[in-house]
Amino acid sequence: MTKELIRLKVNGELREIAAPAEKLLLDVLREDLSLTGSKRGCDDSSCGCCAVLVDGVPMLSCVAIASCYQDCEIVTVEGIAPPGELDPVQEGYAVAGGAQCGYCTPGFLIATKALLDHNPNPTLEEIRLALSSNLCRCTGYMQIYESVKLAIERAQAREAAKTAPVGS
Amino acid sequence: MAPHSVIGKPLPMTDAPGKVTGLGKYADDLVAPGMLFGKILHSPHAHARIRAINTSKAEALPGVKAVATGRDAPNPYGILPIGHDECVFALDRVRYIGDNVTAVAATSAEIAEEALELIEVDYDPLPAWFDPLESMKAAADWIHESKPHNIEKEYHHEFGNLEQGFANATFVREEHYYAAEVTHAAMEPHSTLAIWEPNGRLTVHSSTQVPYYLHRTVSEVCEMPMSQIRVIKPLVGGGFGGKSEVIPLEVAAAVLAKKAKRPVKITYTREEVFYAHRGRPITIVDLKVGLTREGKISAVAARVVQDGGAYCGYGPVTVLYSGALLGAIYDIPNVKYDGYRVLTNKPACGAMRGHGTVNVRFAFEAMLDALAHDARLDPVEVRRRNLLRAPCVTVNGLRVTSYGLPECIERVVERSGWAQKKGKLPYGRGVGMACSHYVSGAANPIIRSNMPHTTVHIKVDRDAAVTLYTGASEIGQGSDTIQVQIVAEVLGVRPERVKLVAADTELTPVDLGSYSSRVTFMAGNACLEAAKQMRGQIFAGVAKKFGCDAAILDARDDFIFSVDDSRLRLRFDEAAVAAIDFHGALVAKGTYAPPEDARGGKFKGAGVGPSPSYSYSAQVAEVSVDTETGRVHVHRIIAAHDCGKALNPMTVEGQIEGSVYMGLGQALQEEMVWNKGRLMNPTLLEYRIPSTLETPEIESIIVESIDPEGPFGAKEAGEGSLAATIPAIANAIYDAVGVRVNTLPITPEKILAALREKEKQQAGNDAPGTNGGSR
Repeated sequence: MTKELIRLKVNGELREIAAPAEKLLLDVLREDLSLTGSKRGCDDSSCGCCAVLVDGVPMLSCVAIASCYQDCEIVTVEGIAPPGELDPVQEGYAVAGGAQCGYCTPGFLIATKALLDHNPNPTLEEIRLALSSNLCRCTGYMQIYESVKLAIERAQAREAAKTAPVGS
Repeated sequence: MAPHSVIGKPLPMTDAPGKVTGLGKYADDLVAPGMLFGKILHSPHAHARIRAINTSKAEALPGVKAVATGRDAPNPYGILPIGHDECVFALDRVRYIGDNVTAVAATSAEIAEEALELIEVDYDPLPAWFDPLESMKAAADWIHESKPHNIEKEYHHEFGNLEQGFANATFVREEHYYAAEVTHAAMEPHSTLAIWEPNGRLTVHSSTQVPYYLHRTVSEVCEMPMSQIRVIKPLVGGGFGGKSEVIPLEVAAAVLAKKAKRPVKITYTREEVFYAHRGRPITIVDLKVGLTREGKISAVAARVVQDGGAYCGYGPVTVLYSGALLGAIYDIPNVKYDGYRVLTNKPACGAMRGHGTVNVRFAFEAMLDALAHDARLDPVEVRRRNLLRAPCVTVNGLRVTSYGLPECIERVVERSGWAQKKGKLPYGRGVGMACSHYVSGAANPIIRSNMPHTTVHIKVDRDAAVTLYTGASEIGQGSDTIQVQIVAEVLGVRPERVKLVAADTELTPVDLGSYSSRVTFMAGNACLEAAKQMRGQIFAGVAKKFGCDAAILDARDDFIFSVDDSRLRLRFDEAAVAAIDFHGALVAKGTYAPPEDARGGKFKGAGVGPSPSYSYSAQVAEVSVDTETGRVHVHRIIAAHDCGKALNPMTVEGQIEGSVYMGLGQALQEEMVWNKGRLMNPTLLEYRIPSTLETPEIESIIVESIDPEGPFGAKEAGEGSLAATIPAIANAIYDAVGVRVNTLPITPEKILAALREKEKQQAGNDAPGTNGGSR
């Protein structure tokens, strides 16, 4: 199989790999870049476990041809926060029970991150809608909503801490 | 007594960091040097003899390193000792579309797939059986020669005096119920990485709920001693029973690795997951129940037929659970049960959340609702009049030690506004209630033996880390966290100090696995015992250092201290050093086996159903039914669950909500649609597990009955709630529009048909209210 050089910007880093032109982004992430956080859960682009951010928009990497995204900023679950840190979204899911088996969690984190980046204070209906392309078989979604709410609180707390006048 | 410092707290799951960063590893995330990719060739025939298999072209394909057929591993296996009827690859016969014929290991998945297409199999098709009732009548072409008329197992139980029971009844109903087949649909497709090592040993990383049974099976199939095999369970992306027996790819990977002498990974596609199945069978229930004038259930007779698919799997256990738990939630004096597990040419069914209890509970609770209306009693009141009085032993010999059902009922009745809503909402909207229960682990192991069901070890060394070695399998339900909490509570340390090494047969002692909701109760009790032992050793060292009596010591928040004497206070790390100086190495063990009197009666099949303790659930669902479209909209489900003691309220609520969610899916939309043994909807999109848009608000209420034998009083939380959801919704539909749909799932088509039928009856019936429908 003919391979070509594919340059991808993933989690802020330029990565170069040789792969068939039609190789799927999910397979490139998992096999060539060892970024196994993004998961394959289905054969029909229905589960959302493989979602990554492409220029800030959640996308299913299992139906994306990697070579078509060479000019884009790709963020996977591994790149949501700087190394050693947790994004409020990750804290929310870790603390409030949004991750049970955890297999759908990367996809939910990506969808939640995209939602909160655009709409920092969504209503429950907006959350429900934004997460409707991701399936979770464990939680019944209630603790996922709790996780999103906690993420919002934590993000606001961080924001408040940042803007608080020095010495206050 | 001081309140607990760790128990009862909603601690985040111990493995959450790996799950929210993508760093946690599931089986398919693992790689090994020189790893090959395995693919399995599945049967296109539902039932056929294999005349010949020619693999030579596949073997010649560059990149193919091994092709395995049935001859490479002919030893049969199966989860039950009485059901060793599967081989990893067909020997001479395939029994369902999707059955495993051969497998290839190659340097890439693409080459392995290409190789499958080069394998020539000469099939001789046989007549196939798809309908369980037809299959039972088969006079020839049985699916397994040793199972005449395709009946895997049948059980006939009678307790009390059925005839007298029905004679005492004022209201008697006989109804026919049908539940379609559903499957687990865990988000993680099964995956196994088997690594052959040059010293002749085999390491198997697999997405399993039962590492111990996998360990045994790989040993039997690969003809290797267990001591030469290591089974490791990485993170598992959900199980729900679908990974609670050995799944063909697990042994296939091991056989290929042994043959290729290299690591081999096999990961199922989602379609393969659907065909691997082992889910909840089609269940046909003919139920007769009698109710006295006073609203007491006087007799229950059930005939249950389950469509088990082509292999035994857990089948006999499923059909026994259906009977054993049918009459054991209420005080029922006379029960008759006839259960049939039937073979058909479809993928094998098995254990799925609420194993064996769910479909009969749907039938029973729907029936009880109908009988309550016959007797002009509130459905809640009927349940109140039939409660057990624990401690007690049910008519079929199940020992009930704690019974929070009464409180569950009262809590959901109050919270739902039942009194204001039942029968009083506008036409089209209604409320329904139902109850369910489940075991806290099976009192008898799958393979009869006297070994402990769980053993754990604890080590404390000079780094003052507490290391817990447990065989229990975390599958997302939070069992790692619960065990850490128990150990931390008893030792009086912060939970962060407890390190957990789990489910690795080389490091951890045997635990039977994550099935039958056994882990909190059984591994929890083993942890409790081991931690108490360790605490005794540490206290003895501290007592020696202080020259005091160990009995005056206590431990909390990383300190050992005496409440009576504030000078006696030592940090845990100092205490650990003192104890090591006193005792030498600090190691402790804990085990658990259910007590003799919890193991059930002596009759055939009595071994299934007994548990050291039972959980209870009561639920109220509120729904709207669109009479134009037949669509049901569930507004809210309130679920109260008696888990004994919530060791971690957050994870308990997560289990209740997840169970309700799965029940909701089965009630209204999930169904495996078969056409001559071919699954018509083998994708998540078409199988339709509920998304956020179909899932209503679920409100969970924790009821704590404090079981006398559970660790800190805890019992099951992960399965018992599922079964009540389905009849609660069905009963709410009746309250909304006055029709009963006795077949699952309750689709819009069935609702519309029932509404039309009701209209027809009403049009032809001058005397209103005579057909039992009140609305």
